[in-house]
Amino acid sequence: MSRVLATAKRIMARLGPNVLAPVIAGAVAIAVSSVALLLSGYSPTEAFTAMWKVLDSTESVVGIINQAGWYYVAGVAVAIGFKMGLFNIGADGQYRLGALFAAYFGAKADLPAVLHVLYIVLIAVVVAAAWAAIAGILKVTRGVNEVISTIMLNYIATGLTAWLLNTYFRNRTGGLTAETKLIPESGRIPSLNALVEALGFHFGRGVVLQGYVVLAIFVGVGYYVLLFRSRYGFELRVTGVNPSAAKASGVNPKRMILITIMLSGAVAGLIGMGPLLSDSQYYKYGDQFPLSLGFTGLSLALLGRNNPVGIALAAIVWAAIERATQPLSIIGIPQEIGIILQGSFLLSAVIVFEVFSRRAQEQAIRDAAARAAPRTMGAPA
Amino acid sequence: VSLENTGTTVASTELVARRKWFEGRNLVVLLAVFGLAVMSSARVIADADRLTSSGTIGLGLRLAIPIALAGIGGLYAERSGTVNIGLEGMMVMGTIMAGYFGWQYGPVAALIAGAFGGILAGLLLGMATATFGVNHIVAGFAINIIAPGVARFLANQWFTTPEASALGGSVSNGPPVDGQFPKVSLPVLSSGPDLLGDLEEKGWWLISDAAGILRGLTSDLRLDTIIAVVLIVGTSYLVWHTPFGLRLRAAGEKPGAADSLGVSVIRMRYYGVILSGALAGMGGAVLVFAGANRYQQGQTLGQGYLGLAALVFGNWMPAGTFGGAGVFGYANGIRLSIDASTTVKALILAVGIALALFAVWSIVKRNVHAAVISAIVAVLAFVVYAVVDEINNQFIYMTPYVVTLLVVTLFAQRLRPPAAEGIPYRKGDSL
Repeated sequence: MSRVLATAKRIMARLGPNVLAPVIAGAVAIAVSSVALLLSGYSPTEAFTAMWKVLDSTESVVGIINQAGWYYVAGVAVAIGFKMGLFNIGADGQYRLGALFAAYFGAKADLPAVLHVLYIVLIAVVVAAAWAAIAGILKVTRGVNEVISTIMLNYIATGLTAWLLNTYFRNRTGGLTAETKLIPESGRIPSLNALVEALGFHFGRGVVLQGYVVLAIFVGVGYYVLLFRSRYGFELRVTGVNPSAAKASGVNPKRMILITIMLSGAVAGLIGMGPLLSDSQYYKYGDQFPLSLGFTGLSLALLGRNNPVGIALAAIVWAAIERATQPLSIIGIPQEIGIILQGSFLLSAVIVFEVFSRRAQEQAIRDAAARAAPRTMGAPA
Repeated sequence: VSLENTGTTVASTELVARRKWFEGRNLVVLLAVFGLAVMSSARVIADADRLTSSGTIGLGLRLAIPIALAGIGGLYAERSGTVNIGLEGMMVMGTIMAGYFGWQYGPVAALIAGAFGGILAGLLLGMATATFGVNHIVAGFAINIIAPGVARFLANQWFTTPEASALGGSVSNGPPVDGQFPKVSLPVLSSGPDLLGDLEEKGWWLISDAAGILRGLTSDLRLDTIIAVVLIVGTSYLVWHTPFGLRLRAAGEKPGAADSLGVSVIRMRYYGVILSGALAGMGGAVLVFAGANRYQQGQTLGQGYLGLAALVFGNWMPAGTFGGAGVFGYANGIRLSIDASTTVKALILAVGIALALFAVWSIVKRNVHAAVISAIVAVLAFVVYAVVDEINNQFIYMTPYVVTLLVVTLFAQRLRPPAAEGIPYRKGDSL
C-alpha cells in the first residue's frame, strides 16, 4: 500500500510542475479575466462561448498553426539563452535587423529555388547572430549586463532599420511607403496545401498552411538534440544551474556565454523568415512587418519552461487566444480581454512554477534529511 | 624618531589634501566648467546656437522629468533588492489612470491617480518577487506585458462612452485632459527684466552659454518639474539620512544582516516596489500632460526602460540617475528642435574636442592606452563633423541609446549595483 502511495506521489511530483501548474495558472487566468469582464458589465460565459465558437473552424485552426509556428521559433530563440541564465531581451531587434537584410539581399539575388531560400535564411541568421554577439562581447569583455545592453540594442536596431529602409534598402520603384522589393517566387517557402490535399484533406478557399511550420518543427527538434543530447547542451545546462561547478569541471564560461547568445540570436534570425518567406501578406520588409515577436518569444519561453514541447503548447495557446478574441468586438465585448487573459496567464504561471519548484526543493531536503537521520543515529558513539 | 614621524605625517597629510582637491565637489565644478568651455567652443565654431540655448535646455529638462521619475522609482525598488524591469508597465498604468482622472478632475488628481496606478503594478511585482520569489526580471517583464493590456481594457471602458467619444476619445486615445500644470519662472533673472536672457542673446563665449543653460533651467518651469526635483532631493535624504533609508538599503545589500536585526526584509522590499510604482506612475502622468495633453496608447515609448538605463548610468544614486535622465532628455530635446542636424553636428564636434583634450591629458599622465583610444575617437568625430552634411534623423534618435551603451561599457567595472539585488529572500536565509 505504501509503495503504491509512493509511486503515486512520484508520478504527481513529476506531473506537478509540468501539467498541474499550467492548469492552475490557466484557471487563475480565466478567473481573473472573468472578474474583469463582470466588473465592466459583460457576461464571461457569453465571451468564452463566443471565443470557443471562433476556434471551431478549419480556417481558425490553420491560422493558429501558422501563427504558432512563428511564435514557437521566437520562444526557442529566447529559451536557448534562458537555459544558461541569459536574458536575451534583444531577440526582438535581432530578428528585425536580420529580416531586413535578408529581405533586401534576398530580393536582389537571382538563384535557383532551394538555394535561394537557404541564401536568404543564411543572411538573416548571420546578421541576427552578429547583432546578438555585440551584447555577448560586451558581457564577456566588459561585464555589461545583457539585459541593459540588449534593451539599448533593440532601440538602436529600430533606428538602424528605419534608416536603412528609408535610404539604401528602399524599393525606389515602389509607392510612397518605405519597403523592400518583393522576394521572388524562388526565394519563398512553398505552402503545405499541396501536401495536405495529397493526404485527402481540403481546406476552404484562401486557407493556407504555411511551409514555415516545417522549419519551426526542425528548430524544435534541433533545440532538443542540441540541448539534451550533445556535450555543448550539457555544458550549457550545467552552467545555467551551477556556474561555479561548470567552471570547475573545465567549461570556459566566457566562451559559453558568447556561443549561447550568438546561437540565441541565430535562431532569432529565423523568426522573421515566417512573415518574410511564408506569408503572402508580406514577402517583403516594410512598415507593416510584424513587430515585437521577440517579446512574445520571451513570454512563451517562460510559459513553456524552456522545454521544446512546453514552448510549442504555449505558442499554440497564445495564438489561439489571439485568434479567438479578435472577433469579440463584433458582439460588443472588448477584444482586449485577450491581452488580459495572456498577461494573467503568464504571471500566474511563473508564480505557480516557482511555488512548485520550492516545494520540490523542500521535499528533497526533507527526503535527504530522512535518509541521513537513521544512519547517524545508528552510528557507534 | 618622533621628529621623523611628524615629518612623514605632515607630508602624507599634504598628499591627502592635494588629492582631495581633485575629488568630490571641486572635481564636479572643474568638470562642469571644462564641459561648458568645450560646448561653448563647439557652439561658436559650428555656429549652432541651439547647442546651449535656454530653449534646448528647457525642452531637455521637461523631457527628462518622466525618465527621471521612472529612474528614481527604480532606485527605491533596486536599493531594497528588487530588480525592476517593470518600470515601463508601471508608467503605462500611470498614463491610463492620469488620462482618465486628468480628464475628469485636472492635473493634481492625474498625478495622484497616476501614482496609484503605478502602485498597483508595484504591488503585483512585489507579490511575485518578494512573496513568491519569482525571478525578478521574469516578473518585471510580465508586468510590462500585462500593463498595456489592462490599459487598453480600461481605455475601452472609459474612452468609448458617448461622452468621451464626443471629445475625441477612443480605445487608443483619451479625451483631452482638463487644465495644465502651472508654470513659474525665476523673477528678474529669467523673467521680467530677464537678465539671463539678455546675456544669452549676446553670444559671448562661455558667458552666454552659462546664461542660456541657467535660463533654461529656471524659466517656464512646470509644477511637475519642480515636484520631480523635490522628490529627487527628498530621495537622497530619505534613503541615505533616515533610519527607514538605512533599512531599505540593508534589505538590498545584506538582507540576512537586516533580518537578524529585526528588519522585515519582505516588508522593506514591498515599500521599495510601492514607492517605485508611485514614482514611475507619476512619470506616466507627466507624459500625459506634457505631450498631447491626453492619454495615448503606447505613449510611454519605452521611457520606463530609459529610466532603468538612467539608474544604471547613475550608478544607483539619485543625482547620477537624474543626470542620466538629463542626457536622454537633452538628446531628445535636440532631436525635436528645429535644425537638429546642425546641433547634433556641433555636439559631435564637442565630443571630439573633449576627447582630444583628454588624449593630451592622458599623454601628460603617461596613460598611452587611454590616449590612443581617445585620440582615435576624437579624430573620427572631427572627420564626421567635417565630411557629413546632414545627419539623418534616425541617427539622432539612436544617440541616447548609443551613449548609454558606451557609458555602461566604459564604466561597467565601476558600477556597483546593490549587492543582494535580484536574489529572492526568505526569512531566515543567511545572505
